Amino acid sequence: MANKTRVPAVEGWFTLDDEPRLLGNRCRKCGSYFFPKIASECRNPGCDGTELDEVPLSNRGTIWSYTTNHYAPPPPYVAAEPFAPYSVAAVELSQEKLVVLGQVDAAIDPATLHVGMEVELTLGTLYEDDEQEYVVWKWKGVANRG
Amino acid sequence: MGDHDVAVLGVGMHPWGKWGRNFVEYGLVAARAALQDAGLEWRDVEFVSGADTIRNGYPGFVAGATFAQALGWQGAPVASSYAACASGATALNAARAQILAGLCDVALVVGADTTPKGFLAPTAGERGDDPDWLRFRLLGATNPTYFGLYARRRMELFGATPADFAKVKVKNAAHGLTNPNARYRKAVTEDEIMASPIVSDPLRLLDICATSDGAAAVVLASLDYARRHSLTNPIRVAAVSTVTPSYPNTVIEMPNFATDSAAVAPAPAATFRDSIAQQAYAEAGLGPDDLDLAEVYDLSTALELDWYENIGLCGPGEAEKLVNDGATTIGGRIPVNPSGGLACFGEAVPAQALAQVCEVTWQLRGEAGERQVQDATAGLTINQGLFGHGSSVILVR
Ligand SMILES: [Zn+2]
Repeated sequence: MANKTRVPAVEGWFTLDDEPRLLGNRCRKCGSYFFPKIASECRNPGCDGTELDEVPLSNRGTIWSYTTNHYAPPPPYVAAEPFAPYSVAAVELSQEKLVVLGQVDAAIDPATLHVGMEVELTLGTLYEDDEQEYVVWKWKGVANRG
Repeated sequence: MGDHDVAVLGVGMHPWGKWGRNFVEYGLVAARAALQDAGLEWRDVEFVSGADTIRNGYPGFVAGATFAQALGWQGAPVASSYAACASGATALNAARAQILAGLCDVALVVGADTTPKGFLAPTAGERGDDPDWLRFRLLGATNPTYFGLYARRRMELFGATPADFAKVKVKNAAHGLTNPNARYRKAVTEDEIMASPIVSDPLRLLDICATSDGAAAVVLASLDYARRHSLTNPIRVAAVSTVTPSYPNTVIEMPNFATDSAAVAPAPAATFRDSIAQQAYAEAGLGPDDLDLAEVYDLSTALELDWYENIGLCGPGEAEKLVNDGATTIGGRIPVNPSGGLACFGEAVPAQALAQVCEVTWQLRGEAGERQVQDATAGLTINQGLFGHGSSVILVR
């Protein structure tokens, strides 16, 4: 188990380091952010920019809302067996002024979630096969660094 | 009478259920019923507008032609529209445009679906560039996940409670009790709802609509044609709103991973859902106070409350009071979902927006039986299709 390779469940959407970041992009002309990255051409209708730079998004935000799913979703989700409820949070990033979804790290008790709560990006297992552990971004509580 | 009005000559439905038969069968039943209601022959139809289903193979993608062939080729041009849950409104608007452009006098609009059991899942295959596939794969973000997010936000922002949500279901179940086209015709109590299993917290099984088979059809005609056929006072379509969002769309929506960014362009004055209704009101020259009833898309109980605010029945955070006061119950100030809504029907995607139009038409004609809203003269339907599709129709008499 311990020797499985950690691979991203999707290529190029987030970094894999100790302080992971979501990877969005930003229009070079108007500065609008996009997540997931868009291939070409700014989507701000008031901008004709065509050059976008990949940028890491803020790794902290505040919860806009949250929910806990008590049923296993259908494929292509790969549900753990036995199935365990998991939470999903919509998180507001203040600098980018956008709301992004992510599963909530299982270490957080869903009963402690609340709108406005500060959370931080982490990586967690989405599913595993015999050789590899597929990881995805998740939201975790903000460590008290007092 | 607006410049853009067209007449509703006939409406018809195939009852909602889990019948497991081919969607074309249901569509035929609904189309025949609408034609009979209009007092027209199939050969009188000059344009066929189909609302597509994406879960029934090629015939579903060319629904206009599929229904035209099933009714017997008679040469009428066809169109087929897909706009997720808004497909019916988009198909209706395509037919209306043909009539208003003077290209035809009579159009038939049909939507029908056969649905699989359980959660609506994305179409099969490995599709790493399809956000609808990826949201299931990477987040396990089912449709109820999004409904759960909206419901929880109402609770935290406005102090809504699961009992408030349950009241919506109790109301809709009571409305649909005697609706012959409804799939679920059974009264339910708040306790039963709040004892049903949690699906996407805070929403429980009975807060969330099922998926169903069903079909609905509408026959539209120009006002001139209606007059020539001695229909002096037909129900009229006064507005169809199929707007898309305005950038930046700052509310998280199915099937997206994120909202647009408001870092550069400021958020528009109206949210997307608000703008759907605003466009319809503007076209009809009416406002929320002019409505006698509304059919709103209650994918979840809590979402019905959001719609009250989106269509201007009350201000933000006031919807719970509306349902608790009985204002949205038949007999109240502004009955919502007198048909029983999705709570009693379950969702048959391409048929649902047309089913809303059928119900409002029956209500305005005074033909809604035990669920009749007294003296109704104007009604609004509203719904939203994934990937940015607005859907609202205002009907008047
Ligand atoms: Zn730009």
